[in-house]
Amino acid sequence: MKASKFLMATALTAVAGLGANSASAQSMTLCWAAWDPANALVELSKDFEAQSGIDMEFEFVPWPNFADRMLNELNSNGTLCDLLIGDSQWIGGAAENGNYVKLNDFFTAEGISMDDFIPATVTGYAEWPKGTPNYWALPAYADVVGWTYRRDWFERPELQAEFKEKYGYDLGVPASLEQLKDIATFFQGREIDGKTVYGAAIYTERGSEGITMGVTNALYNYGFEYGNPENPYKELDGYVNSEGAVAGLEYYKALYDAGAAPGSSNWYMGENIDAYKSGQVALQMNFAFIWPGVNADPNVGGDRTGYFANPPGPAGQFAQLGGQGISVVANTDNMDGALAYIKWFAQADVQAKWTEMGGASAMRSVVEAPGFSDAQPYNQAFLDSMAIVKDFWAEPSYASLLLPMQSRVHNYVIAGQGTAKEALDGLVKDWVEVFEDEGLR
Amino acid sequence: MARRVRGLSDRAIAWLFVGPSIVLLLAVNIFPLIWTINLSFTNFKANRLRDVEYIGLRNYERILTDTDTWNSMQATAHFLFWTIFFQVLIGFALAYLINKKFKGNDLWTTIIVLPMMLSPAVVGNFWTFLYQPQIGLFNYVVEFFTGIDSSSFSMIGDVNLAPWSIVIVDTWMWTPFVMLICLAGLRSIPDSIYEAAECDRASKWRQFWTLTVPMVLPFLMLAVLFRGIENFKMFDLVVQLTGGGPGSLTTLTSIDLKREAFEKWRTGYASAYAVILFVTVFGLASIYVKALNKVKER
Repeated sequence: MKASKFLMATALTAVAGLGANSASAQSMTLCWAAWDPANALVELSKDFEAQSGIDMEFEFVPWPNFADRMLNELNSNGTLCDLLIGDSQWIGGAAENGNYVKLNDFFTAEGISMDDFIPATVTGYAEWPKGTPNYWALPAYADVVGWTYRRDWFERPELQAEFKEKYGYDLGVPASLEQLKDIATFFQGREIDGKTVYGAAIYTERGSEGITMGVTNALYNYGFEYGNPENPYKELDGYVNSEGAVAGLEYYKALYDAGAAPGSSNWYMGENIDAYKSGQVALQMNFAFIWPGVNADPNVGGDRTGYFANPPGPAGQFAQLGGQGISVVANTDNMDGALAYIKWFAQADVQAKWTEMGGASAMRSVVEAPGFSDAQPYNQAFLDSMAIVKDFWAEPSYASLLLPMQSRVHNYVIAGQGTAKEALDGLVKDWVEVFEDEGLR
Repeated sequence: MARRVRGLSDRAIAWLFVGPSIVLLLAVNIFPLIWTINLSFTNFKANRLRDVEYIGLRNYERILTDTDTWNSMQATAHFLFWTIFFQVLIGFALAYLINKKFKGNDLWTTIIVLPMMLSPAVVGNFWTFLYQPQIGLFNYVVEFFTGIDSSSFSMIGDVNLAPWSIVIVDTWMWTPFVMLICLAGLRSIPDSIYEAAECDRASKWRQFWTLTVPMVLPFLMLAVLFRGIENFKMFDLVVQLTGGGPGSLTTLTSIDLKREAFEKWRTGYASAYAVILFVTVFGLASIYVKALNKVKER
C-alpha cells in the first residue's frame, strides 16, 4: 500500500516536472525599464508570439531602480531574464563577467549586419571592447539627450523684442550653449499668462546617474575628454580636468544658478517632464524618448513645442548618448527562443513598425528612409543629435566611475562647494584609484 | 520518571529545543558575520570572476583615511543627534499631554501615531512634494509665518537646509513612537505616589522633576536606544528625499555602504566598512545598555 502511494507520488511529481519544463520552453521573459517604449514593445512583441508560438513575459523596472535590480540579477546569475535591454554602460561588465552571450557567430549565421545600424549605436550599445567588432547586443532603442522648448512663448512678439534688446540677437533655437543660458536666464522668474515660469529643467539628480547625464552635455562641448584617447586609463590629468572641462563645469553651474527652476536640485527625467508639461519652464533637457509624449501632450504638444540638438560649445558639438541594446542573458534556459527573438527584432520591417509604435529604431534603413526626418516634428532633432553622441565609460567598473562623478559634480554644481577645478581634480584622483584597483594602470 | 522522556536526558531535551534556534542563529547571524570579517581582508568583488587576494588591513586603512567616509559619519552623527533630541523632547511633551484625561484623548492618540504607520519610502516621496518651493505646503507655511518668499529657498537643495530637512521628516515620522514609549512609562507610575507627594505639599514642578522624570527615564532611554539603532541604519527615507545630496551632505553611512557594496560592487571594501559600523554600533549600544541597567537599578 505504502509502496503504491510512493510510486504514485513519484509519478505525479515527474509529470508535474515535465509540465513545468514544457511550459518554460514556451515562454520567455524580457527585462527592461518601465517606461512608454516598453509598453510599445509589449504590443510589438505580439507579432513575435504569433509567429513563434512563444509566450513573451515582461519584467519592467522603474528607471531609478532599473540598474540596481538588473545588475543584481546579472551578478547573482539569476534566471529571471532571458533577454535584457540593458543600459549602454553595462556592456563592459556584462561581457567580461559572462552575463551576456556574444552574438558574433549568431549574427554571421543569420546575416545580421551591424553596418545596418547607426554606427554610434553599434559602438555604444553592442561593442565591447569599444571600437572592436565584438558584439554583445543588438541596438534596440536609440536615444540621446536633446532639448525641447516652448515655441509658443518664443514666438511672442513682445518677448522677442525684449530679448533682442537685451541680448542683441533673435530669440530662437540657441546657436550655442551660451545662448541657451541667455534664454534660460531671460525666462527665469518671468510672468507669462499670469503664472511665474522659469528658464530650464536640467538634470541634477544625485542618487543614480542624473547629473552626470546632464553635465556631460556641457563638459564635452567645452573640451572635456575621458582621458588621452591614445591611453585613456593612464592619462586622465589634463583631459578630465582640462581648462575646457573646468569651463564646461562652471557653465553648467551658471546655467543651474541662473536659469533652473527653484527646487530642482534633484531632478531627472520624470521631474523634467513634469515641469515642462505643467508649463513651469521654457526649456527642457531630456532624453529624446520623451519627445513623442511631449508632442501628443494637450498642454504643450503640437506647435507649442520645438526640438533641437544640444547646442555647440567652444570645443564642438556633442550630446550624451542614451539608449540600449538587447542582449541574450547567458543564464537563459531558452537560448533558442531568445536568439529567435533577436533575429525577428533585427528585421527591417519589424524595426520600421517598432518606430511607428513609439520605439526608436537604430536601423539605418528606418532613420535614413526618405520622409523620416519630416514624419514627426522631432525627427530632425533626433537625427542631428544621434550624429553627435558621446557616451560615459562603459568599463566593467563603470559604476565605480559614475558614483564619484555624481558626488563631485553635485557637490560643486548644486551644493556650491569648492571650485570646478577642485571638483575635477578630485574626480581624476577617484578615477585613478578605480583604474589602479582594476589593474589598468 | 519526570527526568527522562523516552530515554532522553534533560540535557538532551534541552538541546533538542534550543538546537534549532542555535543552528538558525549560527546560519543567519554568526556565519555571515564571520564571513564578512573574512571578506573585509580581501579585494573581493561579487560581480567579478577574478581571483580573490588577501590584502591585510588595506581596506580598513583606506576607509579610515577617506574624507568621504568621515563626511558621511559626520552627516550620520548630525542626523542621529538632532533626530533623537527632537523626538525625545517632543515625544515626551506629547506623551505628557496625552496622559492627561481629556475628551477625545484616544482620537488624538490615533491621529498622532499615524505618521509612524506609513512606509518610509512613501514618506520620503511625499515630503519631496511638501518641500517643493513652488507648490510645497512646507514652504508655503514658512512663508505664511515668516514672510520669506516660498520659492526663494529649497529645503532639499540648499547646503544649509538639507541636513535639517531629513531631521524634520524623521522627527515628524518617529516622534509618535517615542511618545508611545513615554506614555507607557507615564501610565506605569502609580497614582498613589503622586497622592503621597501631594500630602507632602510637593509642588507640581517638584513632582515632575523628582517623580515623573526619574520614573520615565528608563523608558525614555529605551526609546533613545531603539531610535538610535534605527537611525544609524537609516536609508530608505533619506534616499527618497534627497538621494544623499546636495553633493554628499546627506549621504549617511548606510547609503555610502550600500553604494560601495551594491553599486560599485567593492565587496571586500564594503565588508570592512560594515565591520567598522558594526563595531561602532555594538560598542556604543553596549555602553548605553550598561547605563540603562544602572538607571533601572536605582
